[in-house]
Amino acid sequence: MTDTPGERPFVHFDGVQKSYDGETLVVKNLNLEIGQGEFVTMLGPSGSGKTTCLMMLAGFEAATHGEIYLKGQPVNNVSPHKRNIGMVFQNYALFPHMTVGENLAFPLQVRKMSRSDVKQKVQRALEMVQMGEFGARKPAQLSGGQQQRVALARALVFEPELVLMDEPLGALDKQLREHMQYEIKHLHEQLGVTVVYVTHDQSEALTMSDRVAVFDDGIIQQLAPPSVLYEQPDNAFVAQFIGENNRLTGNVTEIVDGVARVQLENGPIVNALAVNCDGVGQKTQLSIRPERIQINSAGIPNQMEGRVLELIYLGDHIRCRMQVCDHDDFIVKVPNSPEHTMLQVGQTYNVGWQTSDCRALDVI
Amino acid sequence: MTDVTHFRDEKTGLLLASDGTPLKTKLRQSLKTSRRRAFMLVAPLLLFIMASFVIPILGLLWQGVSNATYEDSMPRSAPIMRAWDGSSPPSEEMAAAIVADMIDARKAKTIGKVATRVNREESGTRSLFTKTARRAAKMEAPFVAALEKADKDWANIETWRAIKIAATSLTPAFYAAAVDMKYTADGEFVEQSEERQIYVSLFVKTILVAGGVMLCCLLLGYPVAYLMAHLPAKTSNMLMILVLLPFWTSLLVRTTAWIAMLQAQGVLNDLFVFIGITSDDARFSLIYNMTGTVIAMTHILLPFMILPLYSVMRSIPISHVRAAKSLGATNWTAFWRVYFPATVPGIGAGGLLVFILAIGYYITPALVGGQDGQLISNFIAYHMQRSLNWSLAAALGGILLAIVLFLYWLYDRVVGIDNMKLG
Repeated sequence: MTDTPGERPFVHFDGVQKSYDGETLVVKNLNLEIGQGEFVTMLGPSGSGKTTCLMMLAGFEAATHGEIYLKGQPVNNVSPHKRNIGMVFQNYALFPHMTVGENLAFPLQVRKMSRSDVKQKVQRALEMVQMGEFGARKPAQLSGGQQQRVALARALVFEPELVLMDEPLGALDKQLREHMQYEIKHLHEQLGVTVVYVTHDQSEALTMSDRVAVFDDGIIQQLAPPSVLYEQPDNAFVAQFIGENNRLTGNVTEIVDGVARVQLENGPIVNALAVNCDGVGQKTQLSIRPERIQINSAGIPNQMEGRVLELIYLGDHIRCRMQVCDHDDFIVKVPNSPEHTMLQVGQTYNVGWQTSDCRALDVI
Repeated sequence: MTDVTHFRDEKTGLLLASDGTPLKTKLRQSLKTSRRRAFMLVAPLLLFIMASFVIPILGLLWQGVSNATYEDSMPRSAPIMRAWDGSSPPSEEMAAAIVADMIDARKAKTIGKVATRVNREESGTRSLFTKTARRAAKMEAPFVAALEKADKDWANIETWRAIKIAATSLTPAFYAAAVDMKYTADGEFVEQSEERQIYVSLFVKTILVAGGVMLCCLLLGYPVAYLMAHLPAKTSNMLMILVLLPFWTSLLVRTTAWIAMLQAQGVLNDLFVFIGITSDDARFSLIYNMTGTVIAMTHILLPFMILPLYSVMRSIPISHVRAAKSLGATNWTAFWRVYFPATVPGIGAGGLLVFILAIGYYITPALVGGQDGQLISNFIAYHMQRSLNWSLAAALGGILLAIVLFLYWLYDRVVGIDNMKLG
């Protein structure tokens, strides 16, 4: 990242709202600053407003209210073709009647570049995505992954400073998708372009992004680097949406130094970090990651009994479904190491966790 | 795992099924039932089409090159006339056969048909034939002199040459006539005299009108199809009904409406006079001429252009144009270089459909075309219904069919038929 936070942001959404029908807001008061060279992912379930935000940035949708700034310049009234933003679409949107080479040459030709420049840049862009041999092919003759690379090369060939990607890996199979994630990440590091990426796939978001904006209901629920997002979710939605999460509900009895004492429903009193709970006497939802739960270990503060309902062998770890505090969907991930307790279905064990691994959040 | 070579015949190397019969035979057997069922499903329609479409058309095409009117009614003279060289003076044998045939044909009441047939080759011979036939019974040898006595036209060799052509059943004469040529008794093709040359220019006119109508349909239909393809489904369905409305209206009602709209004292002309585009005594003639034909045909054929265009445009993802714009293309460039090429299959399908329908269009020109707006199909109808020269009608129809097939072939070569999308 070349810009330090606090300088003029590269992309700036300022109080942006969007409504299609004049009755409901698809995007509610969006404020987002993206630094130059940053890789920011908009993550959220479908209908959360993330794609609409991307389309407003690209210029295909007009903001109903608010202003979008690109390098400090308001762009609401700038037409898409003048914004100089590269874009990769969900279905690649390669022009089927042109060869791969012609597809890549298109943005350069409309910029009136000389023929030799065009040829050189196209070849370089194709080689960048390991598609140097395929210039004469038609898009229909390529596999999904190859089309994806071409779409990527086309969005980069005219050297835009900002590239938008709208679920570009959605149509690929799992293995190829993971492979392409790394390639996109490396291209981003190599070229230093700013990338705004939209996806509903959380592992994709966590793999590639500098920061992830979690969208729900037209609002950014949390904007943070992946590790923070996973380990320190701000609210129950983010905790739920990112990764696996055990939920226990209870009432707050007191809050001391940011630690809440919570009386669990059908369970004991436990300690949790008071992140987003309303105060003493209010309901709260505790969030604990399955891999942070320890079984039969002494000397940890929050302990209770749990009965094993189901064991699933997953190679590197064992997924254990337990009944805890009358919840029968309490998941514990037990690492597959020889010295570890071999659990038995139907047996009762002691489960517990560190106070810092348990977050008291809002109730959904 | 079983060894694969186990399933292979050692001599032929063919793959075998598990019971030892070749796999291909086995496959044929298993497909037999489904093939038979498929055939049974299409059989009724196949029979119907054979009986009502293929056989009549083949029969009509055959009439274009074969006309046995003369041979059927005048069986004695036909082979003798065919054998004549066409230049030496008429022999006594020819004359005797003709007189004998005439007596029989008069009895059978077929002499009129024969006279009409010969008259097509040499005008004026119709009355000559009917007149001579009345006297034939009383004629005596020598027959050449008797014929010449009955009418001096028998002394004219052209009369005999016309009979020779008519006597030949299998003849290119009608196709020659359909392209303004004359097939002579010497087996040569010569151009028709200038005032009788009508068909070639009529074919050219028909092709030009069909092309013009196609172009009008494209220019008017393309924006409508675009609008329909990019509106929300509810609104576009409404527009679709409006597009299809001409299909659901009786042709007679529409024709009356055009007359009310387009005639000299009609709505459109009144409007022009009112706005001041033209003066009251110089109203445009918009109907009963070529203009009327083109306007009415464009109106009728417009849906055939809009529907394929619409279905093709519906299938173009919006992201293609968006991608073009994000890559820096202006609205026009994005349209011309990305959107338009994607609609070419629709243009091809719609254009071909409209052109082929227009080139054979009959009823509209007949109703609103007046004298000047008649197309080739109107003349085919004329020869079928009025002049009863079915062979010429068949020849004209055959040429029209050939033109359509040629254009289809050309389209396949240039655009590619598998590129065509009808919906």
